[in-house]
Amino acid sequence: MSDVMHNFELYQPDSIQGAADLLGEFDDAWIIAGAKDSLGWFKDRVIQPSVVVDIGGIAELTGIEETDDGGLYIGAMTTLTDVLENPLIRDRYPILSSSASQVASPQIRNAGSIGGNISQDTRCVYYRTGFPCYRAGGNTCYANTPTAMNRDHALFEVSRCVAVTPSDTAPAMVALGASMVIRRKGEDIEVPASEYFIGPEIDITRMTVLEHGDILLGIRLPADWANARHYFEKVADRNTWDFALVSITMVAKMAGNAIEDVAMVCGGVQCTPRRLTEVEDVVRGEVPGAEVETLVRRVASRGAQPLNFNHFKIPLMENLAARAVRSLA
Amino acid sequence: MDASGPYDPTLDYPEGPAIAEIAGGGDIKPWRPLHVTRRNFLRGVVCSGIVIGGSSYLFSAATPARADARGVERMMSLTVNGKTRHVDVAPNETLGYTVRYRLGLTGTKIGCNQAECGACTVMADGRTIYSCSTLTHRMRGKDIVTVEGIAAADGTLHPVQQAFIDELAPQCGFCTPGQVVAGVALLNANPNPTEEEARVAMSGNLCRCGAYEHYLRGVMKAAREV
Repeated sequence: MSDVMHNFELYQPDSIQGAADLLGEFDDAWIIAGAKDSLGWFKDRVIQPSVVVDIGGIAELTGIEETDDGGLYIGAMTTLTDVLENPLIRDRYPILSSSASQVASPQIRNAGSIGGNISQDTRCVYYRTGFPCYRAGGNTCYANTPTAMNRDHALFEVSRCVAVTPSDTAPAMVALGASMVIRRKGEDIEVPASEYFIGPEIDITRMTVLEHGDILLGIRLPADWANARHYFEKVADRNTWDFALVSITMVAKMAGNAIEDVAMVCGGVQCTPRRLTEVEDVVRGEVPGAEVETLVRRVASRGAQPLNFNHFKIPLMENLAARAVRSLA
Repeated sequence: MDASGPYDPTLDYPEGPAIAEIAGGGDIKPWRPLHVTRRNFLRGVVCSGIVIGGSSYLFSAATPARADARGVERMMSLTVNGKTRHVDVAPNETLGYTVRYRLGLTGTKIGCNQAECGACTVMADGRTIYSCSTLTHRMRGKDIVTVEGIAAADGTLHPVQQAFIDELAPQCGFCTPGQVVAGVALLNANPNPTEEEARVAMSGNLCRCGAYEHYLRGVMKAAREV
């Protein structure tokens, strides 16, 4: 499967403007950050751009700093290791530290960027191996057939494509109410995480709002959920390398024993991180306990439409949601 | 040892006068490959094969897709194991290929070639990375350490290497260079790791022989000695 990469011209601009100019100049320019995902595409010979723009040398894309509103700004090229070891993030947004610590393997976290991790493409095995599916611009889905291998695929919001978000940190961005700063056509725009991730009904060929020529500059974390209680759990076939089958991400504020406010997001069950609003409504104002857990199990997977081989994700996500709530007791 | 017998590539033939001389000359001219060891022989075969077959395929970017002065300069300097070397690197070349086939540092192994096994692990500025999935041009200005750069200059093994020997960690040995680099990087950053921390640090390296516990014991043993 894996092969020597095709020939390409490599550019290493040292400024955001330089990178944006290159992306504007070449129609098939491909942008690489940590390149952990891109080199796989190239080696599989599924994607073969003739121009590759490496933004690793742009200093202003790296780093974590405090913002005026009490939140944090994380440069998109900051490595996952730097994110999970950063004392500010450990202190204020431990949910992001714990989700980043579960990504892939130490070596990948040392090179992979936070911007790349949240923006990465889906891992659908058919799409990845070059099948001409909907997402690849074709007119069929190979994963949603009676005999297809669709154990990893979606339970919710399917629209032709049944691929799921593979990211461990993207749900944390949604839960924390982060917003993404994007350089688009010379201007910086800010997109909230709830709109940054898009499903197939909006555009079946993309996972995020990023278009060709856009550069993700960084992530703004508001102070809303700073120092909140948190719970992250990822279930995967292997603890290292593997993408989540289902993951649960929760931040919560307590008032005494009761849950004052909560944000719960589930990864691996839908094309975008799935906000479990029904669970949030059930537990808000309640004291965690067996009764609440039963209710949480009832509503967590409501509306799920399993494929032939991914029924197991339904009890899995119900149990994960219940365990998250139990952690608040 | 009878050096006139059939050539056995696994033997290192001893220095000394040829048998024909001992026998007082004559017409007997036994074939004796004086300094050909198995390792050097294989190295020669591998290298010549790469020059012949590889140059046209692996590094065929000699005819680039687009000649553009703004693109990366192929000639670059790379700091590996404390030495700065000037190398000609194709834009699509990975660090694993560069250290093995341009610099001859074949201790780094390329296993899966897709960032899923850890055999190719090297250190860049003290942090472990998969060299098979890193563009060499990204490594400009970085301090790279491969497994060849772990032992002291006089050949004294690093405590991690010695501990792996003592704990019988390598079985087939293919993953060992990566395990050594991962273990050393851990102890450089955290000289007193807990067993759990060591487990996490070594978790990016597969061992198909399943000697994980041996490697873990080796790292913990080395941590006590460092």
